[in-house]
Amino acid sequence: MTVDAVIVGSGPGGATAADVLTAAGWTVAIVEKGRNHLLDPEDLTRAASDFSNDEIKFHNRHFLGPDPLVEPRTFRTSEADGDRTFVGEVNSVPSTVGGGGTHADGKVPRFRPDDFRLHSLLGPQPGAEVADWPLDYDELEPYYAEVERSVGVAGADGANPFAGPRSGPFPMPSGAPMFGATRSVAAAEKLGYHPYPAPTAANSVPYDGRPACNNCGFCSFFGCPIHAKGDPVAMLRRTMATGRAELLSETFVARIRVEGRRATGVDLVGPDGAERFLAARHVIVAAGAIETPRLLLLSGLEHPLIGRYFMAHFQTITAGSMPYRTYAERGRAVTHVHDDMIVGDEASRAAAAEAGLPWIRGGLVEHSGAAMPILEAKHYPWGAMHPGLMADSPIRKRLWAFIMQGEDLPYAHNRVDLDPTVRDARGVPVARVTYRPGPHELVASGHFGPRLAEILKEMGAEWTAVTTSPGGGNAESPEAVPESRHNVGTTRMGTDPATSVVDPTGRLHDLDNVVVADSSVFVTSAGYGPTLTLVALAARAAHLLAGTSPGACRPAGLRPGRGSAAACRRWARPRC
Amino acid sequence: MPVWLTDEELGVLTAVCDRVIPASDAGPGAVAAGVPGYIDGLLGAFTFDPPRIWAGGPTSGRMGGDPAFARFHRLSALDELAWRMRIEGSRGIPEREFNGRVVGYQERYREGLAALGDDFVGLAPAARDERLRAHHDFTDLVYGHACEGMYGAPEYGGNRDLAGWRAIDFAGDVQPRGWTDAEVTTP
Repeated sequence: MTVDAVIVGSGPGGATAADVLTAAGWTVAIVEKGRNHLLDPEDLTRAASDFSNDEIKFHNRHFLGPDPLVEPRTFRTSEADGDRTFVGEVNSVPSTVGGGGTHADGKVPRFRPDDFRLHSLLGPQPGAEVADWPLDYDELEPYYAEVERSVGVAGADGANPFAGPRSGPFPMPSGAPMFGATRSVAAAEKLGYHPYPAPTAANSVPYDGRPACNNCGFCSFFGCPIHAKGDPVAMLRRTMATGRAELLSETFVARIRVEGRRATGVDLVGPDGAERFLAARHVIVAAGAIETPRLLLLSGLEHPLIGRYFMAHFQTITAGSMPYRTYAERGRAVTHVHDDMIVGDEASRAAAAEAGLPWIRGGLVEHSGAAMPILEAKHYPWGAMHPGLMADSPIRKRLWAFIMQGEDLPYAHNRVDLDPTVRDARGVPVARVTYRPGPHELVASGHFGPRLAEILKEMGAEWTAVTTSPGGGNAESPEAVPESRHNVGTTRMGTDPATSVVDPTGRLHDLDNVVVADSSVFVTSAGYGPTLTLVALAARAAHLLAGTSPGACRPAGLRPGRGSAAACRRWARPRC
Repeated sequence: MPVWLTDEELGVLTAVCDRVIPASDAGPGAVAAGVPGYIDGLLGAFTFDPPRIWAGGPTSGRMGGDPAFARFHRLSALDELAWRMRIEGSRGIPEREFNGRVVGYQERYREGLAALGDDFVGLAPAARDERLRAHHDFTDLVYGHACEGMYGAPEYGGNRDLAGWRAIDFAGDVQPRGWTDAEVTTP
């Protein structure tokens, strides 16, 4: 049997492609190397109940995978480090049905029109390969609108003065503001910034057959126990309900088989270790910006830019301890953000000039606290001071923080390739990440960090501290693997095969029927979480393949053409 | 009866736990909260079927719903390989040594507890602390696990009677109740 498409990866990108293609009548096989904890194994059109408010399971015991003992990655800051400096967990996004959607706390901002044309707008940056995207915001907008409905996004219309134009309202109103955010929003506004309710993939009202979020607070790095979070559960349930999809979990794609300019299918390794061939008319790679280039390289593809321009986000964490409880354990982990550090101002332009850079851009600033007690405890020393620190709790009870998702520029030296000797438990070479921040990231962080500390002092902070991930004061000595999971950029999109790996539709320049449907295709990282943009791009790629248009009426759990009028109205499409 | 440690080893581990998270005015310490049992349970996780690695979901029953945390997840073959490597070590088994030898928790605890010395349990607190500082790699390992046992869900064997959460005013798992919008915004 030959499927119309085999989709490698069941995260937000793969799930979206599967949803669009099965609605258009295609047969698909979704291959996921991780386990299925998202869908009921007895009935894949229903949600499972494996997720829970359990810090040990999710933070300490790798429940969502990958377990770095059996699926490690390796890391180094540059070729000068030798083969690697670290083996273990590197920029891990869950390896499980639902992929990164399961652990994300669901901030899903759109990019802004500027983000697609940085080179035209701001010009080059020394050492970086800044380029415009081969598509603009207006072209992506209908897909943004569609996926905001299919994921389920809550937001406040008109609240962000810097936002790009929208063709319609958010599908849901924003949820309850966290207490700490009410304080940080007031302080930020007083200092002239423009915070707004974060567009969030957590239901504020019952939506698409899933309940409203009940504010449990176990959001970042946890699966949602009630499936109020817009992880790909909705898209996957709808896909399975078409009867045209097969979900192969615990199944590893060893390679894409290629004949001439076409892929014929993929070689699979099943849960029992047995290898088999799956024939497919199209191959859609949605394994994430580290595993996708790994698979292309394992398949023998030779485009010299595969894996180049790896970007995450250079995170600046500015924290302060308040003389009052911040209640960060209640609510959606982050309810407010601001864009001012992306947009920039006179002071940031002056900071760039002083550092000898043409321009700097920071990133989205998330207003948040720290909620989990095991994580807190491990920050304190053992011994007599421990009980008092835990009770006083300057971190968990009284901390408030800004995390700036600083825009990483694309550098050719930051890349993903295959480690020469380290293997996973299947015996397959693992991905190696080579990454270090450039001058732009460090200068931007150095400028914006202290300004964020001013907001915390305005809130009443007793002390503030600025750290970055990776740490270290200069480009030559980053201390650690980056914490960011916003991996992007390793199969750059463009019109010229000499400077890009995929074309403007996501198709590999070198193969006619292989499409990349994840954040690997990003040209620049923008200062925003990548999920909604990668999902919109995956939807666009799938619609272009199937010859369909965004916005078709596809209610949850119903076969196309049989949806009830009430279910259709939830999709808020005039023609439904 | 300990699950994996010997009685003697459990005695030494208890004396370590008593120093890394001591009892205080704020509440009971690691020993009263059952942390030595949590660590012994981790070392002996494969004594149980299913192994005590991941508690079930979606609720514990403490705030309503089913007491599902008590039903531990089954492991896949790959999960079991990872957790046997982590707990038991590679032990020269070829399937576990694809990237070389792995030293497991069992070996680290057996050797670490022995290295503290036969006299450790009988030492005065300050002398015990001094010896723990001299064996800081092992102490750090125990402390990390002690934090999990103290402040993690009690189904894993620690946090007895929710002593850890009560001492720090933490509500623990709150599903299916969650928090009301008013409790979030105007607590």
